[in-house]
Amino acid sequence: MTDKTYTGCNLALEEPTLFEQSVEGRLGLTFGPSDVPQTNPAALFEGGLLRDKPALLPELSETDVTRHFTRLSTFNYSKDIGFYPLGSCTMKYNPKIANKVVSLEGFTQTHPYQDVSTVQGNLELIYTLERDLAEICGMDAVTVWPAAGSHGELTGMLMTRAYHTAKGNPRRKVLIPDSAHGTNPASAAICNYDVVEIKSNECGLVNPAEVERLMDNEVAALMITNPNTLGIFERDFKKVADIVHSKGGLIYCDGANLNALMGYVRMGEIGCDVMHLNLHKTFGTPHGGGGPGSGPVAVKKHLEPFLPIPIVTKNQGHYALDENRPQSIGRIKSFYGNFGVLIRAYAYIKELGGEGLLAASRLAVLNANYIKARLKGAYDLPYDCPVLHECVFSDKIQNEYGVRTIDIAKRLMDYGFHPPTVYFPLIVHGAIMIEPTETESKALLDRFCESMIMIAKECKENPEIVKGAPHKTFRRRLDEVKAARELCLSAS
Amino acid sequence: MRYLPHTNTEIKEMLKIIGAFNIEDLFASIPKELRTAKQLNLGPQLSEIALLEHLKTLSRNNRNAEDTLSFLGGGAYRHYVPAAVSELASRTEFVTPYTPYQPEISQGTLQVMFEYQTMMCRLFGMDVSNASNYDAATSVAEAVLMARRVGKKRRTICLPDNLHPEYREVVSTVLGKNDPDVHILPSENGLFNRNALKDLLNDNLAAVVVQFPNFFGIAEDFKDIAEMAHKAGGLFVAAVAEPLSLSLLSPPGSWGADIAVGEGISFGLPVNFGGPTLGIFTAKEALLRNMPGRICGQTLDAEGRRGFVLTMSTREQHIRREKATSNICTNHALCATTAAIYLSLLGKNGLIELSKINLDKAEYAKKALTKINGVRLKFSVPTFNEFVIELPRPAATVLQTLLKDNIFGGIDLGRWYPALKNCILVCVTEMNSKRDIDLFADKLASCLSPPL
Amino acid sequence: MEFPDNLFYTKEHEWVLIEGNVATIGISDYAQEQLGDIVFVELPTVGLELKKDDTFGVVESVKSVSDCFTPVTGKVTEINEDLTENPSMLNEDCYGDGWIVKIEMKNPSETKGLMKSAEYHAFVKEEAA
Repeated sequence: MTDKTYTGCNLALEEPTLFEQSVEGRLGLTFGPSDVPQTNPAALFEGGLLRDKPALLPELSETDVTRHFTRLSTFNYSKDIGFYPLGSCTMKYNPKIANKVVSLEGFTQTHPYQDVSTVQGNLELIYTLERDLAEICGMDAVTVWPAAGSHGELTGMLMTRAYHTAKGNPRRKVLIPDSAHGTNPASAAICNYDVVEIKSNECGLVNPAEVERLMDNEVAALMITNPNTLGIFERDFKKVADIVHSKGGLIYCDGANLNALMGYVRMGEIGCDVMHLNLHKTFGTPHGGGGPGSGPVAVKKHLEPFLPIPIVTKNQGHYALDENRPQSIGRIKSFYGNFGVLIRAYAYIKELGGEGLLAASRLAVLNANYIKARLKGAYDLPYDCPVLHECVFSDKIQNEYGVRTIDIAKRLMDYGFHPPTVYFPLIVHGAIMIEPTETESKALLDRFCESMIMIAKECKENPEIVKGAPHKTFRRRLDEVKAARELCLSAS
Repeated sequence: MRYLPHTNTEIKEMLKIIGAFNIEDLFASIPKELRTAKQLNLGPQLSEIALLEHLKTLSRNNRNAEDTLSFLGGGAYRHYVPAAVSELASRTEFVTPYTPYQPEISQGTLQVMFEYQTMMCRLFGMDVSNASNYDAATSVAEAVLMARRVGKKRRTICLPDNLHPEYREVVSTVLGKNDPDVHILPSENGLFNRNALKDLLNDNLAAVVVQFPNFFGIAEDFKDIAEMAHKAGGLFVAAVAEPLSLSLLSPPGSWGADIAVGEGISFGLPVNFGGPTLGIFTAKEALLRNMPGRICGQTLDAEGRRGFVLTMSTREQHIRREKATSNICTNHALCATTAAIYLSLLGKNGLIELSKINLDKAEYAKKALTKINGVRLKFSVPTFNEFVIELPRPAATVLQTLLKDNIFGGIDLGRWYPALKNCILVCVTEMNSKRDIDLFADKLASCLSPPL
Repeated sequence: MEFPDNLFYTKEHEWVLIEGNVATIGISDYAQEQLGDIVFVELPTVGLELKKDDTFGVVESVKSVSDCFTPVTGKVTEINEDLTENPSMLNEDCYGDGWIVKIEMKNPSETKGLMKSAEYHAFVKEEAA
């Protein structure tokens, strides 16, 4: 098994940094003779304004630069090499047509400060995308300006604060389940809300009785992820929403797990007031090694006045940008969101249509349940509840042999796979969270499950090989303690 | 559908293993009353050919800098993106990976981050850089939040009105529109108004923020302001919208900045209607533990070989939760990667050469435009590749006329500064040829000449 | 795991050594084991006035962070600066060289609520279960 798997093919085994390869006098790009008179900077700027020494950027030829970054790229696992079974990340395949459309000059060469009459195409794309996202979520209005999910959370919480302030009392608290993603409490804290943690019940779900106990007139909102961070549907969502609404609070829904529900549930219909989406998850835009993403926020009518400016409007076929929104929370980012990411998501939605998104959710759920069924015996299931698009195991069984989740994750790399999400959510000790997404075939899932089962066997029979993993990767396990104790954050 | 590989046979086999009869069974955990009855209405499915045609049509419904002469800047600068940069930055091994939380198989991204961080430190003259924020505006907001954290009880934030209006707006959104401790200081002849600052230099001062070059393109010496801020016990924050200028001009680290942020569009990113952008965030070493965002560090692997990892993660939201230095999770890694490739291609001397070209072109345009009867240079202080001209009538009308001549003549400053409604912010880069500039001057002159 | 008899312990897993009206505080063997390799310690400034249960510092490992809470009201008179260079001391010698702060107590009777070694040992056993 392990010999047949792909673990990368690198002829270059080491790659020095740019600075180590820099040679004085090398040039990568020149600009040719100037067609305007040359100025003398020293004559234009007083001494103190000019650099006394050039910035020590590397000096390399184009060949050097091309080889350097090409080689570095080969040290990366990526979606086009294999899948990422990362729970809560929805690492679905990134359509290549998106790369083509984002490169269209008609988009790349537009400037945010062009007269609106000259960017009708861009504004139409944004306007349509907003409405499509609203349709998918059953909400009334959408802003696509937030640059990431957590940015969307911040935007949603700022709107929550504005909403309550307009009613006379901003309120002081936000209720957040202990299973929530860290961005939830972090975003609430930035808005100066006190975070009150709600303990989950069996299946890691929000307990209506707990909400009833904690809900009062000082709670601005309850932040809930649905399906929750274990992939389980919050069956009491509407009940919880009613409790919160009865005391004037809002329901904020973290839409990171939307991939399970497209065409099945629309949050706006079951009590959600405001939610964010992750275009780099559900809508197939690439992760870029950490970003850029996009985190649109969808709201119900009563929150519409607070949306960040500008608002894209349409009047008799003409699009415009409206900043005259007195109750708006203001601007949340410069210019117009991550426009390039918006184009990709737009293309994805247009290609798949409603039918395609529904099919995606169905098959995402099928894939996750298949993995759950196949791995059930080999790994401990902390919550044996019905799951949707992701499943969570723990390392309880493997602990008996001295092996932990981190070791299993590292050993998976030797089998040619990126590990699943580990140690999240925090409510499961040694969590291993697997979300295959719908773009993976049965053949691949089988190979993955077989690898996981082999590793479980290794934990019993040969734990040392798992504990010492990875063995076949470009780098073996890296010393994170050393990195944190002896900080070296830039080249000397 | 092509992204959904399942055959009916496979689906049957999978359901058998799961022990369900059909896929619908797998959704049984959703109570019926919570299910939607609506079929998603998103338009018809499109084939790849149809999709491409549709997007092409949308893109053609725009004018752009290829078909229209552009002198637009204002925080989004159009520079030449070398072929090697687009090609390398679009390698799928950089575009499609996840965040490098599993460093053993992410050394490509991590080494690029380390190199990017290094170059930002050297360019900005600072000690540490993170691996990117969203943009300059949110980076300024993060810097201000950081200054308040560091300053403990200190709350006063001073923002000059020649700091990019959108950066100021974002700070206002994050801190709250009614925050009484955020002070906008009116500029004086385009410059920072020292007098306006004097009353705020007390033990409540958290930070003074400046932009360099400022929104009007002006490069101003800020050493005295840094001193004033520090003497009062506050932090000094610099925002750089056009970091290309730092290859020629003195960087923030050498004139006292504690935190220096910037917008990295200039480093190999297409303007692209303003996104995705690149938020550059750097600081002095003493402030390291308060910095937001992911940071990459060097270490060794189990066999003693050098490698890189994300480090100091305990500041971040996934560990610190509500006590995190920021809520940021996803950043702009691919944009930082692009910047790293761009800067290494241009290199130490190429970047200086490019700066000089921008300066030369802008100075040439300054002369050409101010030769026109009625056009004057609004602020006669040193500028980099942007400057403000004042016209005898509202900029808005002039720009409309220029548009008919196929020219984006610049930005109408009346949009944010009522007193400058006759002023245009003109940006000139290496993408504007002498001919372009001469044509612009020509058309502007016709615009302004009295009707017969 | 060790829990020396001459020390008191808190529910937050700090140990307290009482000498006259000075309390020396650190984290217990259980705490350092739970945290893993310590990479950074944030110390308070000397002279800082603290109320009982205030946070006086932060201990960070690679994967987690723990606030340190003072069980007594008082003034910080000494901090263990060695921990800045050698945070690993907290793992290696948590009761000795890994001490974190010394506090001059305002109200020594507050120590009455602290656990002794046997009690703390039982408390840890229960938490670990």
